[in-house]
Amino acid sequence: MSSVAWFKDVGIADRPTVGGKGGSLGELTQAGIAVPPGFVVTTSGFETFLEALEARAPVRARVAVLDPSDLGAATKLSEELRRRVIEEPMPAEVEQAIRAAYAELSPNGEPVAVRSSATTEDAEDASFAGLQDTFLWVLGPDQMVARVRECWGSLYSIESMTYRLKHAIPEEGVAMAVVVQRMVDAMCAGVMFTRSPTTGDKSVITIEGAWGLGSAVVSGEVTPDRWVLGKITGEISVRDISDKHARQVPAEGGGIHEVANEAAIATQPCLTDEQLMALREVGRRIERHYGKAQDIEWALDQAGNVLLLQSRPETVWSAKDAAPIAPVAANPLSHVMNIFGGRK
Amino acid sequence: MSDPKSFPLPSDLTVVPGTEGAQAAYPYYTQFVPEDDGKFWFYNSMHFPEPMHHFDMITAEAAYVALGAFNTRVHVLPTAKGIEHRIINGRVYIGGVAVTDPEEIAERVGEFQQRAFYYYEHWERLYDQWKVKMKALIADAQALPRPVLPDYEPLETVHSGKGIASNHALLDIYQKQIEGYHRMWHHHFEFLLLGYGAYMTFFDFCKKAFPEISDQAISRMVAGMEAEIFRPDEEVKRLARRAVELGVDRHFTDEMDIETVLAELDKVGNAGKEWLGELETSRNPWFNVSSGDGFYHYHRSWQDDLSMPFAALPGYIEKIKAGTNIERPTAQLIEERNQLVSDYRELLDTDEDRATYDQLIGLAHRVFPYVEGHKFYCEHWYTNLFFNKIREFGALLRDHGFWEREEDIFHLTQYEVESAIIDLMLAWGVGSEPRGPSHWPAIVAQRAAAIEEWAKHPTSPALGAVPDVIDDPAIVMLWGITRENLDSWLNEGSEGDPNELKGFAACSGVVEGTARVVKSVAEIGRIRQGDILVCQVTNPTWSPIFQKIGAAVSDIGGSMSHMAIVAREYGLPAVVGTGSATTRIKDGMRIRVDGGRGIVTILEDEPVLEDA
Repeated sequence: MSSVAWFKDVGIADRPTVGGKGGSLGELTQAGIAVPPGFVVTTSGFETFLEALEARAPVRARVAVLDPSDLGAATKLSEELRRRVIEEPMPAEVEQAIRAAYAELSPNGEPVAVRSSATTEDAEDASFAGLQDTFLWVLGPDQMVARVRECWGSLYSIESMTYRLKHAIPEEGVAMAVVVQRMVDAMCAGVMFTRSPTTGDKSVITIEGAWGLGSAVVSGEVTPDRWVLGKITGEISVRDISDKHARQVPAEGGGIHEVANEAAIATQPCLTDEQLMALREVGRRIERHYGKAQDIEWALDQAGNVLLLQSRPETVWSAKDAAPIAPVAANPLSHVMNIFGGRK
Repeated sequence: MSDPKSFPLPSDLTVVPGTEGAQAAYPYYTQFVPEDDGKFWFYNSMHFPEPMHHFDMITAEAAYVALGAFNTRVHVLPTAKGIEHRIINGRVYIGGVAVTDPEEIAERVGEFQQRAFYYYEHWERLYDQWKVKMKALIADAQALPRPVLPDYEPLETVHSGKGIASNHALLDIYQKQIEGYHRMWHHHFEFLLLGYGAYMTFFDFCKKAFPEISDQAISRMVAGMEAEIFRPDEEVKRLARRAVELGVDRHFTDEMDIETVLAELDKVGNAGKEWLGELETSRNPWFNVSSGDGFYHYHRSWQDDLSMPFAALPGYIEKIKAGTNIERPTAQLIEERNQLVSDYRELLDTDEDRATYDQLIGLAHRVFPYVEGHKFYCEHWYTNLFFNKIREFGALLRDHGFWEREEDIFHLTQYEVESAIIDLMLAWGVGSEPRGPSHWPAIVAQRAAAIEEWAKHPTSPALGAVPDVIDDPAIVMLWGITRENLDSWLNEGSEGDPNELKGFAACSGVVEGTARVVKSVAEIGRIRQGDILVCQVTNPTWSPIFQKIGAAVSDIGGSMSHMAIVAREYGLPAVVGTGSATTRIKDGMRIRVDGGRGIVTILEDEPVLEDA
């Protein structure tokens, strides 16, 4: 198994080796959805690296015997293991594979995003701390490799380790994939729910967005504009245009920073109706592809093209039982009694 | 904690000083009495947005006679009987009569099921029969002669041994016309509640299955494609096409004077005459549509006032010459509707839901042609004939000195009109002078002044204690009154942006433009391409001008009003039922209409100066 896999070559079935995020981006790429190109540092890459660490000094065995209630010990171990993940040499086969893939992805040093991609369903669902690391606007191969190590290191955060111990998740199977993806200099970005987060209605698509990179919306630092669209009809039934005081943009030298929005654009909708319709179309395609409702992260590049950054199955409403709305009646006319008040 | 707000009691309302005489002239059974304080009433601003002329009150009366009879005694609705009405300061307040005794409800359920279900099961046959009845009723009204009084009875009366003199015909025609109007309202309610009920059943199901579905989406799944109410507009398009084909299209311009155009066409040879012939074909019956809802005598029809269709002709002609297709894409609309129905069906979770959905949409499609179609026959065609017949009496009595203007007759109640007719019958027979000329002019003047005065006094949207729930299906269906509406009425004016008006989201889309506040059909000609129409009550018969405007806003109407239905068909952003658009928005202001949210925003306070 190779340390690196390209999006176009993987799908959701590859989750055990490329993680949920990586598998989903691969699946979308294969389905012909516009996803910024990228590759995954597979769990195999991580395992090879971890073997090299274990050869020098134990890692997994140390975690397995940790007392999760002993915060002092956990802090100490976390600091030690994360430092080792960040500092100790990486096997040449792994590092070369990652750097070669990066050179192909960003031949002119184009910025990338580096994100952790967890392999287990519960790690995906439980947005428990540390496992959802995302580094934006990463520049150059050295920064990129450093960020991959940080993602790996997040497996040894205090929260992550104690969570595994409390849930009796064996250390042996614990691994981490990392997504490296070309970064979109987004004009605006946000999220899209193909099923209403508030009512579970499957007939509407809710879109939230703000100026700049999507991180401002996902982190909740900016109140996004919000629209509700008929999934089938395309009619826009809700338009909540908010005062978007700031936006996140690339910083010089890498990373992102926040800048204030001029008054003139702060209260302007960040999407046009045509762009909303384009997003709805993409949302419907993805939903149809998976056969179930999705929570989606999207961005519009400076040219206004819709790009998909992530898609996850909706979990809250899908978990509820689908009870029939009204029992089938032998005589359809008996339904009118609900209106005419005979049946209370 | 602020004081809980409540509506005034009926006994808190006072008759506007100086109008006591006019108020007292409304029938005794429509006056508020102290016992009425114990009941909840609301102002029927949807059907009667302006103070009512005394004669026009017959519309409320005949409608509630028939609605009550069908709810209470024909279909036997389990939980609701009819609608009571009261009149104060020319305003019509109404209140439902609920059935609350469980035993009585149970008994009525049994009756309702064998009656209403029979209607649903035999809908097509009964509706076909309905059209035959309605057309016969219309033919009867058309056959009523114009009331006239000759100096001497024609010799024919003598030779034929007729044995009845002309003055008797006056009473005969009048009473037949009144009888016909009442009969029309019975026909009107024969299907209406059951039709709305089947529609609402589907509507409720959709709201449960898709909590955020818009009313528009549901109504688009149900809307019929062949309703008579679209036909008048189709006729205007046909006339535009014929004008181009006959080469007489240059006569139709935005600035034209209709009488001049008609006179010119008569002179320009065969083509002009042929077009005039086509106009006559379209007029009968399709121009028998009222420019309002048909509830006031001054809502004239296209037949009587050609402003509306003529305002639309230049635009249609231009489009035809530019090669733009102006036909209603019926096949495409049907396909879209079917697609919509199947797409929503696919989203349902269970087979059980899909089965119920199929049952309910099937029923809604069966009953909807009536819901859409009846208005043309009832509120438009028949009502127009009715008011015009009364107008003929107005002219006859004017000619005998009873008043100055034909229209003055509408200041009398239906009973007073009958007494004036009998006065004239007596005088004509006796050979004396009628008493009317010295009796009515002062009364007419007093009532005209009262109507003018009442219009200046806004009235409370409701009276009495607010009930916890509004579960009268007739009130919910016909007036869209819910507990939520009432709460928002109570809070009106206490919050919100002064430049913002809220109404029902009738058809989505956001448009900015110049407001054209149009108070009557006579002002239609002022509308320019791209203007936003702001009017009191929009009506499907205004649809020909929809091609010209960018959006529409009305004071009155719900999301299922015919205006809303037609706006959706034209894809025209529209907000209906804002309550006060025509008073708060001034002609020429720049406004934004957000049809998806039901919000109208005044962008500039100062009217924009018009070119030229």
